[in-house]
Amino acid sequence: MKKLGKSIGKAFVFCAVMMLLCSFAYPLALTGISQVAMKEKANGNLIDKNGNSTADPEEAVGSALVGQNFTEDYFFKGRVSSVNYNTYTEDQKENGEYAGVSSGSYNYGNSNPELKERIEKDLDEFLATHPGVKKEDVPSDLLTASGSGLDPHISPEAAEVQVKAVAEHSGLSEETVREIVKENTEEKVLGIYGEARVNVLKCNLGIAEKMGLI
Amino acid sequence: MLQIILTLAIFLILVIPMGKYMYHIATEQKTFADKVFDSVDRLIYKVCGIKGENMGWKTYALTLLTANAVMVFVGYLILRLQNFLFLNPNGIDGMEASLSFNTVISFMTNTNLQHYSGESGLAYVSQMCVIIFMMFTSAASGYAACMAFCRGLSGRKVGNFYRDMVRITTRILIPVSFIVALILVSQGTPQTLIGNLTVETVEGKLQDLAMGPVAALEAIKHLGTNGGGFFGANSATPFENPTVISNIVEMISMMILPGACVVTFGHMLAEKRRELKEARIEKKKIWMGRQGAVIFGAMAILFAVGLLICYNAEMTGNPIIREMGIDQSAGSMEGKEVRFGVAQSSLFTTVTTSFTTGTVNNMHDTLTPLGGMVPMLHMMLNCVFGGKGVGLMNMVMYVILAVFICGLMVGRTPEYLNKKIEGKEMKLVAIVILIHPLLILGFSGLAVSLQAGLDGITNPSFHGLSQVLYEYASSAANNGSGFEGLADNSVFWNVTTGLAMFFGRYIAIVAQLAIAGSLLAKKKVNETIGTLRTDNVTFMIILVFIVYIFAALTFFPALALGPIGEHLSLWM
Repeated sequence: MKKLGKSIGKAFVFCAVMMLLCSFAYPLALTGISQVAMKEKANGNLIDKNGNSTADPEEAVGSALVGQNFTEDYFFKGRVSSVNYNTYTEDQKENGEYAGVSSGSYNYGNSNPELKERIEKDLDEFLATHPGVKKEDVPSDLLTASGSGLDPHISPEAAEVQVKAVAEHSGLSEETVREIVKENTEEKVLGIYGEARVNVLKCNLGIAEKMGLI
Repeated sequence: MLQIILTLAIFLILVIPMGKYMYHIATEQKTFADKVFDSVDRLIYKVCGIKGENMGWKTYALTLLTANAVMVFVGYLILRLQNFLFLNPNGIDGMEASLSFNTVISFMTNTNLQHYSGESGLAYVSQMCVIIFMMFTSAASGYAACMAFCRGLSGRKVGNFYRDMVRITTRILIPVSFIVALILVSQGTPQTLIGNLTVETVEGKLQDLAMGPVAALEAIKHLGTNGGGFFGANSATPFENPTVISNIVEMISMMILPGACVVTFGHMLAEKRRELKEARIEKKKIWMGRQGAVIFGAMAILFAVGLLICYNAEMTGNPIIREMGIDQSAGSMEGKEVRFGVAQSSLFTTVTTSFTTGTVNNMHDTLTPLGGMVPMLHMMLNCVFGGKGVGLMNMVMYVILAVFICGLMVGRTPEYLNKKIEGKEMKLVAIVILIHPLLILGFSGLAVSLQAGLDGITNPSFHGLSQVLYEYASSAANNGSGFEGLADNSVFWNVTTGLAMFFGRYIAIVAQLAIAGSLLAKKKVNETIGTLRTDNVTFMIILVFIVYIFAALTFFPALALGPIGEHLSLWM
């Protein structure tokens, strides 16, 4: 019995020492170094309305890494989000429509009829608001939900299919809009890894700037 | 496909030196960084009163259980009381009892099944003192058990549990995590103690951005094959996994140590032979040893088969979406992120379930039926590299089984590593190999026969059963990923998965240490012309077949009712 008590005591001391090391020394040292050496990056990659990185949340209009829900017809639309990108209005917060910060997907299996329903509804809506676009030109990433609900990107094809409508509603020329998309397109890393992608928030900041909104 | 091959190539380049370094640490040989670490370790030994005496396998196993039990106790208290503690800028409440039970078991067993959502369920103090803490200690526990097991099998002393824990933590886990975390911050993962931010968007709306010490957790989450995310959507969330570079770094860091364990094992056996001058290998450089190479090769074959099936299924996409007439040339994108696409997503999925990490960069519930069957199958096999240490031990179980079956076929007493395999070992092997399907299928059966279990299912038909199977496969294999649609934060799901994780972890570890202890105590037998060689390609192929045959016999009926049924119903 005494032996057991002793070995449990030892386990407690060991637990405390490991906690000191793993739960405090390691993350705190890391926080210190990151905050000094990579301040903007360690604080969420916030960007201001000119698309420049900033560390001040007051100036920021979003994060370069996180997508947003856009409703204006002169802006590009991102991917379907089950959490509405944690974007909300004061009213929605008050009436409980926005339940707090979250992330995730709808988690519909391939065979789930609700998946089919959702995509069909979005497709009809998209075709109605983008006249002249054919079904087979709509890339699937525009109508499928992202894994995180916060995907900041769409594929270059998904941007291209929106160009005409965005140009029309914003009053900018299609060339200008394409130019903005091109500026905010990232290619595969080293031409091999990952996929080509367009940052929706940065595109829309570019459009807002050209339109003189900001 | 090219990017998949090139990513795996980076892994192969790194795994061999890492395995050698781990071999040096496990056998207490000199390494380049001794000067720094020796003094740190000595201080820890002194404070904790660790003398480093050799333990038998029984004391070793018991010490592991005691240390883990104490950590579970402390972790449980912190979760329940997090609202009264410091470092809680987002004002989060204490955690409910059955959920706390599930969470501490989940993290202590290296499973990291999460029935809570990090953004809204955990204070920073819990993220640091429970989650990050257990990510280190559970990984170190698994590794320690594996090293004791390997030492036993290679004819060395079993060793001291605390000493192993300290050495693996200070010499591998913390320094490597630090480097990985800095790379992740450079890609955009936050590392801060401020609370969540709210910004005003250009459309005049508000957006909340969840923050925290994410990079610190992210690094050890992968390195320790833990897998529990800081946020609900895990490594699909941009802040956890901002770029394709961070994605590759995360994959490599979860593959490196389980892979290196096999290399370490090979080294131990080869060096022992060299010591005993059994083979003329004095001058040859040892890469991973012949025994290690056979196991590594068998694991690699299983891995590659799974990866090909998963990638092809995801590229082919969902037939229902194809029928709607939209362009699905990029593959099935539901539940995936554009920056990763199908290639990086299917690779991540196969890696996370083979190396039993459980982190996800796409939502597994939304995978195509066959694409989702691969991760499920790899957790059922639980030996395709496997979690840190544990996968190797499981694979050695199959090795012993293979030796035994081959022995029966030719009518000889089976031997492995010059030790006779007899009744006692076979009984223990049978326990380890049977407990896993028993937990998965038994609990799945229970869940679909009780209303409390059925309530969790959120997808209709075949896919509903897949959700249940996946959840228990993930629990028993200590993986932790999920078909996340499952509404699993209920007393029934919290308790049953908690039990599956607990038994899946500790019964296997104790039985495996017992096997090592029993083999160590046996007299060596000399190799004869009739001895079945376990270090050649023939045996590697036998091993792969044994694993598949066993899986097919046990799990095929369940898989046929789940993913295979869904596949056929979609395509026929």
